[in-house]
This record gives sequence, structure tokens and C-alpha cells, in this order.
Amino acid sequence: MTYQFDWSVLLSAQARQWLLQGVATTLAISALAWLIALALGILAGALRSLKFAPLRMVAAAYVEFFRNVPLLVWMFFWYFAVPPLLPQPVQDWLYDHGAEFAAGTAALGVYHGARFSEMIRAGIQAIPKTQLEAALSTGLSTAQAFRLVILPIALRLIVPPLTNETLNLLKNSSVALTIGVAELTFQTRQIETYTARAFEALTAGTLIYLILCLTIARVMARVERRFAIPGMVGSVETEH
Amino acid sequence: MDFGVIERNWNFLLVQGLIGLGNFAGGTLRLAVPAMLLGFLLGLFVGLGRLAKSRWISTPATVYVELFRGVPLVMVIFWFWFILPRALGVALPEYGVALAAFVIFEGAYLGEIVRAGIQSVPRGQVEAAASTGLGTAQTMRSVVLPQALRNMIPALVTQFIVLFKDTSLASIIGYLDLTKAAQIVNNREIRPFELYLFIAVVYWLCAYGMSRYAGYLEKRLATA
Repeated sequence: MTYQFDWSVLLSAQARQWLLQGVATTLAISALAWLIALALGILAGALRSLKFAPLRMVAAAYVEFFRNVPLLVWMFFWYFAVPPLLPQPVQDWLYDHGAEFAAGTAALGVYHGARFSEMIRAGIQAIPKTQLEAALSTGLSTAQAFRLVILPIALRLIVPPLTNETLNLLKNSSVALTIGVAELTFQTRQIETYTARAFEALTAGTLIYLILCLTIARVMARVERRFAIPGMVGSVETEH
Repeated sequence: MDFGVIERNWNFLLVQGLIGLGNFAGGTLRLAVPAMLLGFLLGLFVGLGRLAKSRWISTPATVYVELFRGVPLVMVIFWFWFILPRALGVALPEYGVALAAFVIFEGAYLGEIVRAGIQSVPRGQVEAAASTGLGTAQTMRSVVLPQALRNMIPALVTQFIVLFKDTSLASIIGYLDLTKAAQIVNNREIRPFELYLFIAVVYWLCAYGMSRYAGYLEKRLATA
């Protein structure tokens, strides 16, 4: 293979600007989608732990439908199929304000919400039933018991799998390039298109993803130590 | 709403797009099934490699797993799309590129499943096998792996579901799978709601069916 490497293509002002914009967009769409996913995940996870069957079934239907269909299909669905169903003024506003970003965020957030909820449900199930009964017996309502007792414990228990899912969400944000969101992978391809330097451009993109993932894993490891519940198996290492 | 678009393109969407039989090289299943089988073979070596005592084997295996698990699949597909034909010096069809990308990518994830499966076999089994006079390779092949494989089955089915859904990403390099088929029909008929909802339901039926099967297997293995 006689390929002449030319790393300088990554240092041009244009390339640096594209990469920076790509990172910013990837972080923005991931952060927004993460908040949506966490909110939906907590809601669906809590509903699935209730005794009241209709609410449990609504939550189960949401989870099973969204997580068993490819994210790419959801991207197309939210971007191509949903806007035409909205009222005209909303459509106009969306197309003026970046419908790609909105659709991408919705697709990513709702898809991962279904995956987050499975984790949160597992966290809730790991809490002994007596905790809920004790909370109810002190006079708290079911909603209060969940908000003040069950969820705070469950969220602390699920930090390790949450790290994994957060990284999955960040990596999956790359799928948004298919509907034209100018995130990191999109910008990497843009550099490739302009310079015909596939190897260099892809190396830059790959390294940035690895750095982002490692940084988030580091931060989450600190969060994990900070919020570990003393005496639980997961916190054994931090007790000494 | 006009769901007639589904009926008119039924064969193209399902026989060509989902299964891969027709005039074009394509198909979601024609990519997912070989990718899973080859990926598992690779994963077997990766999983064993990660557990190897020699650092010269375990370090490369670990780097490989961590590298591919830290990078988005879309990025990996682009790598193969741009680099593989250049490295091999021949033009590759989308199928070859997609299959190679999925095998290598899944090898990292399947390697972790293999490793967990092997580690789930009690140590006493290895010691017992050694005490009957079996060598290391024989112990692995005749005692540890058969038990490990059994424990891996639910995780393998789950990973196949993930792979099955992920193959939709092969459409971004032009591979004609179910998603691409829907895109092509949509370009002609402009029926995004009906088409994308339809393929969502098709993906859902396959994936949900398999996940129920994985749940059933898990229960059966737990009681056995």
C-alpha cells in the first residue's frame, strides 16, 4: 500500500472548525436526548413497578415497541413521518429552526428512554418490598413514596449500568447524520469529502469518540463512588 | 393515509429487503445471519484471548474489544467503506464491506459474551478435568466450552437481536436491506408515515419474537 499520509488536512482552520462544531453538536444532541431519556425512563420504570395494571401495560407497550425497532428507523420516522402530521404553523416553525436536530433529539431520547426504563425497573426491583411498605406505613402516598424513598435508592443502585447506557446514547447519536444533523461523524465525512483524506479524517473522528467515551466513563466512575450506598455489594471497594 | 403502498411493494420490501431474495444483492437477514455466525467464531477467539495467561495474547484482545466498543458502529462502517477497498486493492460490493464491518464490530461484543460465559463455569470443573488427566486445550474443548456455551445462549440471542436491528445501518453505504427498501419506495411514492411505520412493525415483530424466545430459554436454563 503506497498511501501518503497527510495529517495537515486536520489542522486547517476549516477542518478544526468542522470538528469543533461536530463535537459541540454531538454533545448537545446527546445531552438533550439524555435528559429526555432519563425522564421517560424514570416515568416508565416507575409505572412498570406499580400494582395498577393499565398503567403498567401502557409503560410496557412503550418500552417494548421502542426498543425493538432500529434507531435508524425511528430517526426516519420522527424526521419524515411525524412533521407532516403536525399543524401547519408548528411545521413552519420546525423547518425554520432545525427540524433535523429536533427530530434527532426526539428519536434518540425516546428510544433510549425505553432502554433506560428497563434499567431503572431493575433498580427498583432490587429494593426490598418492605422499603415501599415501610414508606407507605409512615403515611406517604404512593407517589411520595416513589419520589422520596424508592427512586433515590434505585437511581443510586443503577449508576454502573447507567454509565454504559449513557455511552451507548453518545455513540448512537452518530445515527443522526442520516437525517442531516451535523454531528461529529457527519463532520468527519465532510472533511473526507473536501480533502479526499479518508484515513486521516476517520482517525480524527474515532479518536475524538474514544476520548469522549473515556472522559464520560471517568466522570461516571466518580459519580458512582460519590453516590454508592455503603454496605451494598457495588460499594464494597470504596468502603476502605 | 394510504396503506395500499405496502401492498403494492410487498415483495420488494419483504422478499428483497428483509430476506434478500430477488434481483439485487441485499437483505437484512442475508447480512445478519452470516455476520452473527462469523462474528461468533471471531468472538470465541477474542474471548479466549482475553482470558489467556500470556500478555502477548490478552493485551491485543483487550485493546481490540475496548477500541470497537468505544466507537460508534456508523464510524466503523465508514472505516470499512473507505479503507477496506484501498487496503485490499480491489473494489468491494456493499455486501462485502457491510459483512466485514459487522463481523469485526460484533466480534468485540461477542468476545465479551464468550468471556463471561467461560467465567461462569465453576473453577472446580477445570480442576476436576485436570485431575482426570486432560490437558489445558482438552479441558477447554471438552469440559469448559460446552458448559459455557449453554450459559451463553440467552445473551447470544439478545446480541443477535441487537445485530439484527443494527444491520439497518448498512443502508447508509447503500446496502439494500429492509430500511433501504423502504427509503427507495418512499422516494417514489412519498408515503413516509405508512412505510416507516410498516418497517417499524416488521422489525418489531422479528425482534420482539426473538426476545420472548430469549426469555423462555433463560427460564428453561435456570430451572435445568
